[in-house]
Amino acid sequence: MAKHETGKLPQSIDETMAMLEAQNYLAGTQLATVLFLALKMKRPLFLEGEAGVGKTEIAKVLARSLDRPLIRLQCYEGLDVSSAVYEWNYPAQMLEIRLSEAAGTVDRQRIEGDIFSERFLIRRPVLQAISAGVGRAPVFLIDELDRTDEAFEAFLLEVLSDFQVTIPELGTIKADEPPIVIITTNRTREIHDALKRRCLYHWVDYPKAAQELEIIRRKVPGCSATLSREVVAYVQRLRAIDLFKNPGVAETIDWATALTELDRLALDPETIADTLGTLLKYQDDIARIEGAEGRKLLAEVKAELLAQG
Amino acid sequence: MVDDQIVSSVAVSSVAPGDGKLADNIVFFARALRRAGMRIGPAAIADAIDAATLIGIGSRNEFYAALQCTFVKRHEDQLLFDEAFNLFWRSRDLVQKMIALLSPIAPERQGEDRARRAGAERLREALLAGRDDARPPRDEPEIEIDARDTVSGRELFRKADFAQMTAAEIAEARKVLSSLILPLDRVRTRRFRAAHRPARIDPRATMRDAMRFGGELILPRFREPRLVHPPLVVLADISGSMSQYTRIFLHFLHALTEQRQRVHTFLFGTRLTNVTRQMRNRDPDEALDECVAAVKDWSGGTRIGETLHEFNRRWLRRVLGQGAIVLLITDGLERDDTAELEVEIDRLHRSCRRLIWLNPLLRFDGFEARARGVRAMLPHVDEFRAVHNLESVAELVKSLSGQGVQGADPRRFLRARTA
Repeated sequence: MAKHETGKLPQSIDETMAMLEAQNYLAGTQLATVLFLALKMKRPLFLEGEAGVGKTEIAKVLARSLDRPLIRLQCYEGLDVSSAVYEWNYPAQMLEIRLSEAAGTVDRQRIEGDIFSERFLIRRPVLQAISAGVGRAPVFLIDELDRTDEAFEAFLLEVLSDFQVTIPELGTIKADEPPIVIITTNRTREIHDALKRRCLYHWVDYPKAAQELEIIRRKVPGCSATLSREVVAYVQRLRAIDLFKNPGVAETIDWATALTELDRLALDPETIADTLGTLLKYQDDIARIEGAEGRKLLAEVKAELLAQG
Repeated sequence: MVDDQIVSSVAVSSVAPGDGKLADNIVFFARALRRAGMRIGPAAIADAIDAATLIGIGSRNEFYAALQCTFVKRHEDQLLFDEAFNLFWRSRDLVQKMIALLSPIAPERQGEDRARRAGAERLREALLAGRDDARPPRDEPEIEIDARDTVSGRELFRKADFAQMTAAEIAEARKVLSSLILPLDRVRTRRFRAAHRPARIDPRATMRDAMRFGGELILPRFREPRLVHPPLVVLADISGSMSQYTRIFLHFLHALTEQRQRVHTFLFGTRLTNVTRQMRNRDPDEALDECVAAVKDWSGGTRIGETLHEFNRRWLRRVLGQGAIVLLITDGLERDDTAELEVEIDRLHRSCRRLIWLNPLLRFDGFEARARGVRAMLPHVDEFRAVHNLESVAELVKSLSGQGVQGADPRRFLRARTA
């Protein structure tokens, strides 16, 4: 298997996979390919998928293994330029004006140049991401883009294609080297085609059983082999039945951790009922699994694992 | 398509430069286009006359290009314009053309493909508008057209019926809609806009402004939260029992989709179809055509519980995110077990800001909540109203605008039944 050297961009798909694995992130070939391409083509990577499948984690892993700073823009409804790009430090500006007044300077030009200078500029994530120096282009994570409104999405179009922003008082600031952009969405809203068009797209799915087992092995080392096999088999079955919110990988890890903390070595109906809150987040779903359906599911899992030996 | 024939003899003769008839004809043509729904201002008409005069009347293609480049400003109007141009400037004689338009069997249409093209109905009306005197009594060409288009089977007939909007319907839908823009149907966002009256201080604008006086004079500038329409999600039943009402409602929805952002439309019978994209087509006839094409189960049965389940699973989190209002249009006549229906409508109700049920059956005076589906759904809706004509849609508009409209409380029907 190809080796990856921290801080360097991977040169092949194998190397990309090795890079992710070195950080305990198990990616399928597809994800590794699209990630490799995004790095190579210097295009933003658009990751879509259910909550808790590890979309945000990719950006973190990337930052660690490429040894770059991670700049995160957490999106929310009403996110605007002043909290995403830049803001002026008003109290300091006000103070500066008062000070110059006290000093008796009334040179209008100078005051204006003074208070709208870099000194009073508060850099928010977008500006931070594009104004980093050469060779140190950060990983720029735009998290849960679907939570913003269309107006902000439209604003991002310019940022993502030219990597520049304009501040009226200072002029246009352009990135020397474009940051590595990762965009995630939970699909609570469709993102406009214009934005998707600028990105490479990948749907992050729930992992297969073997992959999920390996994730548990790495992330929850204290979890016994039997327990982790049961946990994974159980969760995989849960995802197949019709729940309102399927458990993600993050929930599987939580559950395995919880069971390990409780010193359980195998699943039994009572333990499941007690710890279901780590796995399922809707009362309807919990009520359903607590009952006969959950017990039936467990019996099936046990039988299946017994058959496998 | 436009062939390279010489513009008809009468058009040429009546249209010879300097004659003045050309201008009249273009004006008449423009007015017809406008009635058919295109937005054409006086400036465009003047431009068109100029353009037509400039190129002189020679080839039909050039003439077409001159009118096309001055009248068509939105791509969506292209199709309508092409149809109109062919219809209007084709016949040899203006009078003969009018006769042709009015006669039950329009000879010039015989060679055309059998399916009515989008916009045809609207154009026919638009060209005839103001000619009531010339209209033959009752046995209308419309009947002929409908009969001719009924290729086979009830379903196709229904589809054809669905696909055509009359100009009057569009105008009515627009009129109703114009009353929709009322301040109460707005929610505050966390974004701001400049305010002229004292609200929150806008430090950025204040500081920028202060620089005009060199920081000598600092006058506060204000901002206030921006108001937007909340998303509107429509779930419309298109099963057999509903089709005649859905039609009227789709007209309304199309106009609504055109006017405000974040309108999502779903159609359901036995399964759920998202037609939001299709509805965004600016031409109403094309939009409905595409809807018809997208839906596999026109005028079939209804499985409300199952389709709501489908909606809740696949779409709920995606479209109800930001305080959406849901319009559910159905007669509530559920075939399947109502247990699932109750669970799903409850889920839907808890996920949106307001759930409004529009039921065409409600227009009958003695309506009682007797059907099991209706009884299962009623406790979970915020409003229960009739929808069978544009007047009731106007009532709905009032309600959407936040004006208190009496008589929509769903509990009324449940009480009446138990009492």
